[in-house]
Amino acid sequence: MEWYSIDTWIVVIGALAAGACALLGNFLVLRKMSMMGDAISHAVLPGLAIAFLVTGARASLSMFIGAAIVGVLTAVFTQWISRFGKVDEGASMGIVFTTLFALGLLLIVQGADHVDLDPSCVLYGAIELTPLDVVWRPTLFGCSLEVPRAALVLAGVTLFNAVFVVAFFKELRISSFDAELATAMGINSKLMHYLLMTLVAVTTVACFEAVGSIIVIAMLIVPAATAHLLTDRLWLMVVLSVLIAIGSAVLGHLSALIVPGWFGFADTSTSGMMAVMAGLIFSTVMLFAPKYGVLPRLVRKTEAVR
Amino acid sequence: MPELADIWNVLFLRDYNTRLVVICTMLLGCACGLMGGFLLLRKRSLMGDTLSHATLPGVGLSFMLAVALGGDGKSLPILLAGAAITGVIGCAAVLFIREQTRIKDDAAMGIVLSVFFGAGVAILGVIQTMPEGSAAGLESFIYGKTASMVMSDFQILVLVTICVITCSLLLFKEFRLLCFDETFAAALGWPVKFLDILLLALITAVTVAGLQAVGLILIIAFLITPAAAARFWTNQLDRMLVLSALIGAASGWLGASLSAFIPRLPAGAVIVLVAALFFVVSMLIGTERGVMIRFLRQSQLKKRMGRQHLLRALYEILEGGRVTEELNIRTVPFRQIRGRRTWSDTQLRDYIRRAYNDGLVEAPNKVDSILLTKTGLAEAAQVTRNHRLWEMYLIEYADVATSRVDRDADMVEHILGEKMVTRLEDKLQAYRSAGSLVPQSPHPIHPGD
Repeated sequence: MEWYSIDTWIVVIGALAAGACALLGNFLVLRKMSMMGDAISHAVLPGLAIAFLVTGARASLSMFIGAAIVGVLTAVFTQWISRFGKVDEGASMGIVFTTLFALGLLLIVQGADHVDLDPSCVLYGAIELTPLDVVWRPTLFGCSLEVPRAALVLAGVTLFNAVFVVAFFKELRISSFDAELATAMGINSKLMHYLLMTLVAVTTVACFEAVGSIIVIAMLIVPAATAHLLTDRLWLMVVLSVLIAIGSAVLGHLSALIVPGWFGFADTSTSGMMAVMAGLIFSTVMLFAPKYGVLPRLVRKTEAVR
Repeated sequence: MPELADIWNVLFLRDYNTRLVVICTMLLGCACGLMGGFLLLRKRSLMGDTLSHATLPGVGLSFMLAVALGGDGKSLPILLAGAAITGVIGCAAVLFIREQTRIKDDAAMGIVLSVFFGAGVAILGVIQTMPEGSAAGLESFIYGKTASMVMSDFQILVLVTICVITCSLLLFKEFRLLCFDETFAAALGWPVKFLDILLLALITAVTVAGLQAVGLILIIAFLITPAAAARFWTNQLDRMLVLSALIGAASGWLGASLSAFIPRLPAGAVIVLVAALFFVVSMLIGTERGVMIRFLRQSQLKKRMGRQHLLRALYEILEGGRVTEELNIRTVPFRQIRGRRTWSDTQLRDYIRRAYNDGLVEAPNKVDSILLTKTGLAEAAQVTRNHRLWEMYLIEYADVATSRVDRDADMVEHILGEKMVTRLEDKLQAYRSAGSLVPQSPHPIHPGD
C-alpha cells in the first residue's frame, strides 16, 4: 500500500463529513427519526432539478440552496402528514420522500431536451475525487498544503453543527427526551425540531454533494446508535459518537486500500468501506458493551438464574 | 397528443407493447399493497426501504461467485437468489438489533440499510476492477427498468403474487393477531418469531421480485403508500388489505398506462405519483380516519358537549341543591349560567342560540334570562342523570375521589354507552332519594356567581 497526500485528504474529508453527521445523528436517534437522512438524500432531487432548470447551470450554490429547501420541506411534510392524517411517522416519511423523488425524476426527464442532468452523477459526489478540487494553498510550518474545497466546506459545516449542539445542548436534550416537559419549561420544542431538521437537511446536502450519500446515511445513524449502547449520559454519547465516526472514516479508507488486496483485487470504494467499518464497530459494541451489550447481558442473566 | 383509441387500447390491455408492463406493475402493486398493510400496522413501513438496499451486496456477491465458478454472472436466478439471501439476513439483523439491544426499530433499520448498502457499494467497487466482468448493469438491477420488462419478469411476478395472496389468506388470523397484539399471540403459544420471519420472508420475495423489474423507489412507495391510503377508509383489517391491494394495482395500471401514451414519462415515477395522489385524496376524504371526517366528528362532538353542558348547568341551578320530584321551570339569569363553567360569552350565547333552534329553551329575551321549555327540561334531567351516573360509577368502580369526580365525569360523560346506562340504572335504585329520577349529586354543587 502506498500512501499519498491525497489519501490524507480523503481521510480528513471523510472524518469531517462523518463528524458533522454524527453530531446531529445523536438527536435523530433519540427522537426516533433515524431514517431522516435517507429520506432527505432521496427527496432533494426535485430541488436540484428545479434549481438547475431555473438557472440553467450546474452552479453548486443554487443547487445547494434548492436541495436544502426541499430537504427542510421533507421534514415539514412528514410532520404534517403524521400529525393531520394520524399516519405512522415512518410511513409518512416514506410517502414524502418517494413522491418527491418521483417528482424530481419526472422534472429531469421532461427537461431532458435541453438539459444534461444525470440524477446519479448530479446527486452524489465521490470522496475519492474531492482532493483534486484544490481551492487554497497556504504554507504552514514551511510545507505547502493544498486544501480541497470539500475540506473547507465540510469543516465549516462541522464547526457550525458543533456550535449549535453546544449552544443549544440543554434545549436539545430536554426536547428530545420529553417534548412536553420542554414546552412546560418555556422551551419552544417545535422550533428546536425544525432548527434541527434544517441543520440535518443542510448537512445532508453539503455532505452528499461532496462525498456521496452513503456516508451521510450511515454516519447519521450508526455512530450515534453505537454510542447509545455505551453510555447513558448525553454529552458523553455525543463525544463518543464523533470519535466513532472519525474512527470509522480512518479505518474505512485504510480498509478500502488494503482489504481487496487480500483477495487479489485492487482497491475499492472508500465511502462503502466507511459504512462497513461503522457497521463493524457497531456490531462489536453491540456484542461487548459493558452495560447494554448482548453478551455481558447474557452472562448476567445466566448468573442471576444460577 | 395520443388518439383516444390509443388510450383505450392501452388502458384495456389491447396494445401488445404495453400489455406486459401494465400487467406486471398491476400484479406488483397488488402484492405490495397486501404486504404493505401488514408492515404499516406493525409500524415498519420503512422495512421495504431497508430491504431493497440490503439486496445490493447479495447481487454483487452472487455475481462474483458466478464469475469465479466460470458461469454467467448476470443470469437472473443467481442474482435474485443472492439478493434474497442478503435481504433476509438484513431483516434478521434488524430483528436481532431490536430484540437484543436498546436500539429502537427506526435506528435498527437505518443501521442495516446503510451498512449493507455500503458493503454493496464496496463489492461493486471491487467488481469494477475485475477483468472478466463489467459491473455495468448491476446497479440497474436495483434501480429497475420499468419500461423494458420481459416475459421472465412476468412469470416471477405471477408466482410471487400468487404465493403472497395464498399465504395471506391461509394465515390471515395469525398475521392479524401478530399485527395487533404480538404479546397476546405469544401468550397463546403461537410461534410469533416464526410468523414474524415468515411475513418478512414474503416481503423479501415481493421486494426482490419487484426490484429488478421496477426499481427501488417504486418498490418502497408501493409497500407504503397504498396501505397508508387504505387505512383512511376502514378500521377492518380484511377490508383494508383488499383496498390496499386494489389501490396498489390501480396505481400500477393508471401510472403504467399514462407513461405508455405520453412521451417522456418514466413509468416508475408516474406510478409513484399516482399512488401519492390516491393517498392525498384518501387522507382528505377517507370515511373512517380522513381529515375531513375527523374534523366533522370533532365539531359535532363539541356542539353536543356544549348543549349538554348548558342543559346541565340550567338543571343544577333550578335544582338548587335539593332533590325534588318535580322541578319548577323558572327563568335563570345569563350571568348565573355564565359563572357555572369556564366558557366565554360568545361561546355560551352560541350554545343558547343552538338550544333555542332545537326548541330546548324559550326565545332569549331582553332582560337576558334563559327559560327552559318542557322538552328542554326533560333532556336536561336526562343529561344530569347521566352525569351523576358517571360520577357514581367512578366513585364505585374506579375509586375516584369525590372531590375530583365532577371533572372526571365531565370528560367522559358525553360518550356514555347504552349498556352502561342500563347497568348503572340498576345501581341507581339504591341511591334514589325523594323519588326523583335524577340522583343527588355526590358532591356539593357550587352556586355560580
